[in-house]
Amino acid sequence: MIEVRELEKRYGRTVAVDRLSFTVRPGMVTGFLGPNGAGKSTTLRMMLDLDRPAGGQVRIDGARYRDLDRPLTKVGALLEAKSTHGGRRAYHHLLWLARTNGLPASRVTAVLEQVGLAEVAGRRAKALSLGMAQRLGIAAALLGDPPVLLLDEPVNGLDPEGVHWIRGLLRGLAAEGRTVFVSSHLMGEMQVTADHLVVIHRGRLLADVPLPEFVASHGSLEAGFLSLTAGAR
Amino acid sequence: MMICCVFAELTKLRTVRSTPWTLAAFVVASAGLAYLLRISVAEVEDPLFVTFLPLTIGQMALVVFGALAVTAEYSSGTIRASLAAVPHRGRFYLAKLAAVTAVAAPASVVTVAATVAASGVSPTSAGALEAAAGACVYLTLMCAFVFGVAAMVRHTALVLGGLLPVLFLGSQGLGNIPVIRKVTQFLPDQTGWVVMHLAGPQDDARWARDYGAWSGLGLLTLWTVAALAGGYLVLRRRDG
Repeated sequence: MIEVRELEKRYGRTVAVDRLSFTVRPGMVTGFLGPNGAGKSTTLRMMLDLDRPAGGQVRIDGARYRDLDRPLTKVGALLEAKSTHGGRRAYHHLLWLARTNGLPASRVTAVLEQVGLAEVAGRRAKALSLGMAQRLGIAAALLGDPPVLLLDEPVNGLDPEGVHWIRGLLRGLAAEGRTVFVSSHLMGEMQVTADHLVVIHRGRLLADVPLPEFVASHGSLEAGFLSLTAGAR
Repeated sequence: MMICCVFAELTKLRTVRSTPWTLAAFVVASAGLAYLLRISVAEVEDPLFVTFLPLTIGQMALVVFGALAVTAEYSSGTIRASLAAVPHRGRFYLAKLAAVTAVAAPASVVTVAATVAASGVSPTSAGALEAAAGACVYLTLMCAFVFGVAAMVRHTALVLGGLLPVLFLGSQGLGNIPVIRKVTQFLPDQTGWVVMHLAGPQDDARWARDYGAWSGLGLLTLWTVAALAGGYLVLRRRDG
């Protein structure tokens, strides 16, 4: 479970995240929606203690991220921005990550298999296609077998087969009782993947509702999203 | 937990190509120049001068190694993965410093030994052993100093663009002018010159420094501690 309380972030005079509060529950896929620049990535970075909030806090299963012991075994994260060294081989990228948290090298092999990268494990990161790089990021998130997953735009760069694969992966992780929090701006994809929605715009919370309820009241996810964000202007 | 992080940082160093390249350049440039000087310089007052002079060139490669260990985190975006995996900033920073030093120290010993061997000076000759030990300490501290500066600046080009001219011009070039040397003798790279016999005869008033061989390295330790503290503060304060 992730609890976001009164979270705030400013860049100079611009308010990127504006007293945001919501709860992400286990056992389901929660879609985190908002137009580009709505503050989704900033919120996710603050969840991981990468950015310092101006106010408010995030608790992950009751603890602050920085206080987690072996955080990879508690929270797995895929960030939108690139976080691999281009000259390092895919296997080695996961290997150093595993070592930081005392995970065995067998976990590296296991997640490479799981995301379908076993055959290109020896390739340098810069030689991976966009879709493969995205799968490597997902492998990193799964490395510690964490009960909480934070994924920023996981569908980016994936081909139709990859999109189908990640849909099944996310549903499966939620079915195992994990907390799955996924940001996206792809409405169609969220409509078939998410159980619950958190919609933000200009850093403010617009909706925190179960997907069926949202769709029922607006006709479709896209129609609802557009009317909500237009109304908030 | 801490030891895991050090091993993770060593894995990072081992798995990028810049590490073997910079360290190879460090040894080859230092020992190679020492050999060239040996066959081209006929007679010198202090043979240790030509023995250790090549290290002032070779150290540039070690400086690049120390800088890249930090700046590559930022240029590649790896820093986000690193801090998500090790959110405790102090632990991450110390582990990285320990790993870089654990590589830089033996690399310095090997390079100094190869340079002394290439120069043809007997390791048992007067002052040679002390100078060699001082050179190893100097090089290892320089690498840690640059590590701290890189953690403050975060960009490879800024670190190297800022430091290399200081190391080359500021102290070696301009440092030959007596008035300027009053100040430049205290610059980090200069502090190792007395122990390495590069500062000229210290009993001659024209060359004498305001500090001795080992107190010079003490000064470098102060520089290094200051740079490392600065780097840590920047890491703690800024967003990842």
